[in-house]
Amino acid sequence: MAEKKKKDEDRGINFSSDLLDLLAKFQEIELQDFEMEVANLELWLESGALPKQFTPQLKAAPSLRGRPAELLKTQFMAPIETYPGKIVEVKLGATKGEGGTRGGSVVIGGETSPAFYTFERPVVHPPVVTLDVFDMELPLSKAVKMHVKDVIGDPAAWAKLAVEKFGADMVTVHLISIDPLLKDATPKDAVKTVEEILQAVDVPLVIGGCGDPVKDTAVFAEITETFAGERFLISSLTQDMDVERCAKFVKKNGHVALSFTPMDLNLARELNRRLYDYLGKEDIIMDLTTAALGYGLDYAFTNMERARLAGLMGDEELAHPMSSGTTNAWAAREAWLKMAPEWEPRELRGPLWEVTTAFTLLLAGVDLFMMMHPAAVKTLKEITAQLISGKKADASKFADWVSVKP
Amino acid sequence: MSEKKKGKAGIKELSPIDVYKLLPKTNCKECGEENCMAFATKIVNREVNVDQCTPLLKKENTKAYGELKEMLKPPVKEVIVGVGEKAVKLGGKLVMYRHEFTYFNPTALAIDVTDELTEEELLSRIKKTEQFSYEYIGYTLRLDMIAIRSTSGEPEKFKAAVKKVVEKTDLPLILCTFNATVAEAGLMAAPKSKPLLYAATVENWKDMAELALMYGCPLVVSAPNDLNGLVSLTKTLLAYGVQDLVLDPGTFANEGLADTLNNFTMLRRAACKSGEELAGFPLMGVPMTVWMDKGEVADEVMKWREAHLAAMLIVRFADVLVMHGDDGWSLLPNAVLRQNIYTDPRKPVAVEPGLKEFGSPDENSPVLFTTNFALTYYTVASDIENSKTKAYLIVVETEGSAVDSGVAGRKLTAEKVADAIKETGIENKVKHRKIIIPGKASRISGEIEELSGWKVHVGPRDSSEIPKYIIDKWQP
Repeated sequence: MAEKKKKDEDRGINFSSDLLDLLAKFQEIELQDFEMEVANLELWLESGALPKQFTPQLKAAPSLRGRPAELLKTQFMAPIETYPGKIVEVKLGATKGEGGTRGGSVVIGGETSPAFYTFERPVVHPPVVTLDVFDMELPLSKAVKMHVKDVIGDPAAWAKLAVEKFGADMVTVHLISIDPLLKDATPKDAVKTVEEILQAVDVPLVIGGCGDPVKDTAVFAEITETFAGERFLISSLTQDMDVERCAKFVKKNGHVALSFTPMDLNLARELNRRLYDYLGKEDIIMDLTTAALGYGLDYAFTNMERARLAGLMGDEELAHPMSSGTTNAWAAREAWLKMAPEWEPRELRGPLWEVTTAFTLLLAGVDLFMMMHPAAVKTLKEITAQLISGKKADASKFADWVSVKP
Repeated sequence: MSEKKKGKAGIKELSPIDVYKLLPKTNCKECGEENCMAFATKIVNREVNVDQCTPLLKKENTKAYGELKEMLKPPVKEVIVGVGEKAVKLGGKLVMYRHEFTYFNPTALAIDVTDELTEEELLSRIKKTEQFSYEYIGYTLRLDMIAIRSTSGEPEKFKAAVKKVVEKTDLPLILCTFNATVAEAGLMAAPKSKPLLYAATVENWKDMAELALMYGCPLVVSAPNDLNGLVSLTKTLLAYGVQDLVLDPGTFANEGLADTLNNFTMLRRAACKSGEELAGFPLMGVPMTVWMDKGEVADEVMKWREAHLAAMLIVRFADVLVMHGDDGWSLLPNAVLRQNIYTDPRKPVAVEPGLKEFGSPDENSPVLFTTNFALTYYTVASDIENSKTKAYLIVVETEGSAVDSGVAGRKLTAEKVADAIKETGIENKVKHRKIIIPGKASRISGEIEELSGWKVHVGPRDSSEIPKYIIDKWQP
């Protein structure tokens, strides 16, 4: 796979209108457009030419017995509910005044309604995006690689790019080099990588391990202690780790635990219960496992939707903010594979795969998105901003879609 | 507000006993079940139709039949558009959330054409829509409908366009115009196709109602961002005698997105949770409204925005969507998403572990393994099958985890692989001792060798490359 990608790059296949560029250009135009719309609207109002539906041309039908001659006016009762539960608020990242070095912190959770039921209650804390940064070279899909190729192998530069260019709220440092089956880098090496990233950016960090329960524990121990007070999200604590030891060093050094379980709400409850012995509720975010669109997203979606509804209904063991490894969308072959011409370009199909996975889970209640592709991140941020803007629909503008000529 | 009806809106409370009480209790087996109780259970699970009970259709059982139908009526009405094999069913939802039961009738995807396209453009869009086809874990994903819009506003042009479309495709149609004269001209060109008529508004509802009744076609009710107007129209049209309705609360991109999602959510909740019958109809979304804001923006960006708006509406209860972008890259994610969301969550995530054989393998054939997560298994199996490769595939019990999450979550371990090698008896079927493992399980390759004594070859990370891998690398 890696070789194949290399070949494509050598051949110089470059989707000429790179979506990021498209989006960047679009941004400028969007502003102009907005002004144009306002002007148009005034014009419409003056001329009274708002999309009039039509002038009835048929003769009025004879009013048969019982058939209404006039509109039967009635009211729609908005189905507003209240919930006994509330999702816990969790703060990530600590500023100087709070014992860390971050420029700001982010808070997620706090919801008292299902995701974006803004007819019921406004969103308390909008979802947050953390971008993946890897500490060593690894196989990446071409659509992603084209945006980060200059910074692969330089995690600090990668983090800077993620924050400054791609608009990440946070950065996830994936310490894959510590994997005993890969480079087996030491905890000290990992501390050095984290230190470099802390210097390069001032957003809150997620610290990602390699998936080996013993090695991750050793590395997390060193990092939580060295960077006590930073309020990192430690990704992640799993059932087969020394949960007591991990929870203790997370608590002692003022960080947050990501409680990870494989698509099973009972296991999620169980692990959370074990963590409660050492950590406060406000120190736990849960990851219920994200499967890619086409590869189990239905399970992930339903699991998260159920967890969120259960949390709101008073199940405190599930009333934690949810994190999603949305990058897993790229595990779907349709995200990266070169396919028959009718499905190309993959440079667009791939990030759209990530966006579709993200939006599905956004509506299930995910609060923290761990993501990969800059265009996917940008789209998610734009859409959530629109959803919480409190702005109303301009119904007249979209009413006459029937006669529009795109 | 209409009152809440017993039985409706409460799939969970419906028990097989409730259904059994109304059945003839003859245990005649004419339905194909062992007895009436078994049939009742299948009815509750929506696996069979009440009409399969022939004694129930007899005159003396009319009352019980009627009661049963009412009891089983979904809170969101099922509306059929089109005729024949390609007719689509919209709505028919029993629950608001898929985990409460399962969703029926996947969101229909319609592609738009206009009455001002040249013949060539029109035919090419229809052909592209009809030919959209993607094989996905045993399903063929397709597009469902054509929406014909009158951009000309001229009855004759619309009629001609509808005629051309009907000649070329038997996909169900949505005829889109707010002008009843234009609508009638369109219907005259497709009098027996039972198209979905778009749309009745506060201004034209009477004329549209007449047309819907005259042509026996379902009717969309449109009241952009005005739910009071929408339910008022619905109430009026029902009283007028139009029973098959579809609701369009408006689809607004950009700053109107929150209102869009709120309207869809409120309508579906009112139907499923409050028993509001005026909201109990399929919902129509129009992601193509994003194109109204196009300006100088590149088409790709519009397709991108249209696609993610459609994705949100598939998740938030839309039963039919009208799309303009017809590119494979922008439609495929939604075709797959729709399939995912409408998969029955009651179905197991896992397949039986054990040994599977492909193309009568022999003692020199390669041995591979994968996990018992249904999606992983079907993907790998279809890749091997399609290439006509002879192979053994060991399905390892991973509690339904995929390879990467199985390795990460310790559901797929070297112990489990070694045990599976022993238990499947593969050692008696092949002479060699070589196993090809998934590329994503490379981390545990050493341990597998140690525990099983088999030589491990790390195969490709994606199963689409298995056939090539076997041809290039396999030697017994």
